[in-house]
Amino acid sequence: MNIVVVGLSHKSAPVEIRERVAFAPTAMEKPLHQVAALPEITESVIVSTCNRVEIYATGREADVTIARLKRFLASYHDLPFEGLEEHLYDFQGEDAIKHLYRVASSLDSMVIGEPQILGQIKTAYGYATEFKTTGIILNRLLHKAFSVAKRVRTETNIAGSAVSVPFAAVELSRKIFETLEDKTVMLIGAGEMCELAARHFVSTGVREVLVTNRTHERAVKLAEEFEGQPVTFENFPHHLHRVDIVLTSTGASDFILEKKKVAEVIRQRKNKPMFLIDIAVPRDIDPRVNTIDNVYLYDVDDLQGVVQANLKERKKEAKKAETIVGQEVGQFHQWLSNLEIVPTIVSLRQSLEDVRQQEVDKSLARLNHLGEKDKKAIEALTRSIVNKILHNPTAVLKQSQGDAAGDTYVDAIRTLFDLPHPSSEKD
Amino acid sequence: MNVSFLLFKITLLAYFGSTIFYMIDILARKEKAGRVARWVLLGAFLAHSASLVARYVEAGYTPVTNLHESLSFFAWTLVGIYLLFDLKYRTTILGAFLTPLALALMIFSTATRTDIQPANPMLDSWWFPVHVALAFAGNAIFTIAFVAAIMYLLQERMLKSKKFSTLYFRLPSLNTLDSINYKCLTFGFPLLTMGIISGAVWANAAWGGYWRWDPKETWALITWFLYAALLHGRLTVGWRGRRAAIFAIIGFLCLLFTFLGVNLLLSGEHSFSALTS
Repeated sequence: MNIVVVGLSHKSAPVEIRERVAFAPTAMEKPLHQVAALPEITESVIVSTCNRVEIYATGREADVTIARLKRFLASYHDLPFEGLEEHLYDFQGEDAIKHLYRVASSLDSMVIGEPQILGQIKTAYGYATEFKTTGIILNRLLHKAFSVAKRVRTETNIAGSAVSVPFAAVELSRKIFETLEDKTVMLIGAGEMCELAARHFVSTGVREVLVTNRTHERAVKLAEEFEGQPVTFENFPHHLHRVDIVLTSTGASDFILEKKKVAEVIRQRKNKPMFLIDIAVPRDIDPRVNTIDNVYLYDVDDLQGVVQANLKERKKEAKKAETIVGQEVGQFHQWLSNLEIVPTIVSLRQSLEDVRQQEVDKSLARLNHLGEKDKKAIEALTRSIVNKILHNPTAVLKQSQGDAAGDTYVDAIRTLFDLPHPSSEKD
Repeated sequence: MNVSFLLFKITLLAYFGSTIFYMIDILARKEKAGRVARWVLLGAFLAHSASLVARYVEAGYTPVTNLHESLSFFAWTLVGIYLLFDLKYRTTILGAFLTPLALALMIFSTATRTDIQPANPMLDSWWFPVHVALAFAGNAIFTIAFVAAIMYLLQERMLKSKKFSTLYFRLPSLNTLDSINYKCLTFGFPLLTMGIISGAVWANAAWGGYWRWDPKETWALITWFLYAALLHGRLTVGWRGRRAAIFAIIGFLCLLFTFLGVNLLLSGEHSFSALTS
């Protein structure tokens, strides 16, 4: 039995294609049942997100199954097969297992380490179990994928550092202050990014939020939203000494915070550090402020730089994750090949036993003159011939559990002895 | 080869092993290696303790009478205090900075005369172990402050320049490093003070005078004033961060000179040659 995957993602197809191949999350029953009805396909799961559409399935012949799934994707969405095919990728066997593990661990995501994809795969699996299109192999594979993703998350730092500007600001403040619980944030002006950052700070649990704006009503409104205090724009410099984190984003054409003022505030604060985040363009805070001891000034470009550095960091962590995925793929593949070896041995024995029984019955029916004792001797003789013949193949099969030869032997024996495929029968 | 020296060699190897594991943790980013390093370090510390006890038994006096013994004893207090510190703060990165330092002290220690020499009768006093224990505990704590200060300056530089190396992700926050600096000062300073006082009391008992302006005493006093200034600055003027870190580094260099420079370069009652000749 082979595991295959056919699909497309942000890496292989532009959004115009992806949106046409996507399956509506509310209507998964129809495509799942259609895939399940395809000949040769025994189990299936359809994953559909805005960045990827993938069908995981099991089938007897990997190449045939892949071709069928590709045709299905084109015909289901009424797309010309030739146009779609160039965007599709496919994997089989160990590569398919590895692909699922990498996707679930967010190693194949647009933003490496983003956590949503795991939830999306869980949802997709939920539909597949609801409409009963999975069986023993995909059930185990998907559960394993979830636990691999969890292992990657706990054993590597893949999701450890912020990859958006507001999160990067919160993280930097942690590297300065350690804890934000007793810190005060001041929000000067209003801008989308600035408010978003403020929201992140609030949800992290700062002690107090001060809001100021040239239009005081706006400050009052925002303050209400953050359960903070509005401060009039003329007055905000007088509150700075009790503020640890400043977020500014005004439309001012000149600096609203000069170096002299900040130096004075720091003295007033007895050198307690300050983190100034200037999201405005043109900038609100004189860049020379950064030269003052215990003051850390970041503008938009600096924060973008941090985000880039964090992305690089995630890529490094991803290498560790790849090692984990590699180990786990090997384990699953071993389980999968063992899954076939034991039934193969059983059905090989059964098949030879059937032949023996038939032939013995036929012969004994013609040999009426033999006594009970002779009949028993013939039974024993034939049985021991079968056992002798089977001895070596059985031993070799058992030994090949877990190595690459296992699959080849199973296929060879099933073909040579014309054995039925137990797990390919649909239920 | 005697038992104490055999244990000493084992200790040296274990410090080496621990350093390697810490480096694997920090450079190759394998956090499991850091956990191994901690256990190896604990083992090294136990072996080291045993080696000191054996040396005490073999020599018949507290083994801090020559350069070899002092360096080894210093490394032992440093690691011991770090391990206590680690119990509470779990700072692998600090271990990664301190363990190589302990290893360096031990290597330096093997490069000096390691044989047991007849002890100066003056050392046969209860004040001797008290004095050295206080002084060395203070030294070890200030060494931790020094390492935290270096880490602070590195982290501060990265946050100011906005250029982050791998270390940025492993180093603790500025606030944590600054409070380690402060905590070390509040523990180290009383120990240093008591070390000096106990030395004076011992000197009075042995020579009939509290203070003789021996170079070691002078330098200890200079060091004491430096740390007193830092403590004062922190408590009243609000010194912190970079300035406090730089001060902790200067204080440590002064301490190092008091500990080693005086003994090696200047002569006086504390110099090892004076003690062992």
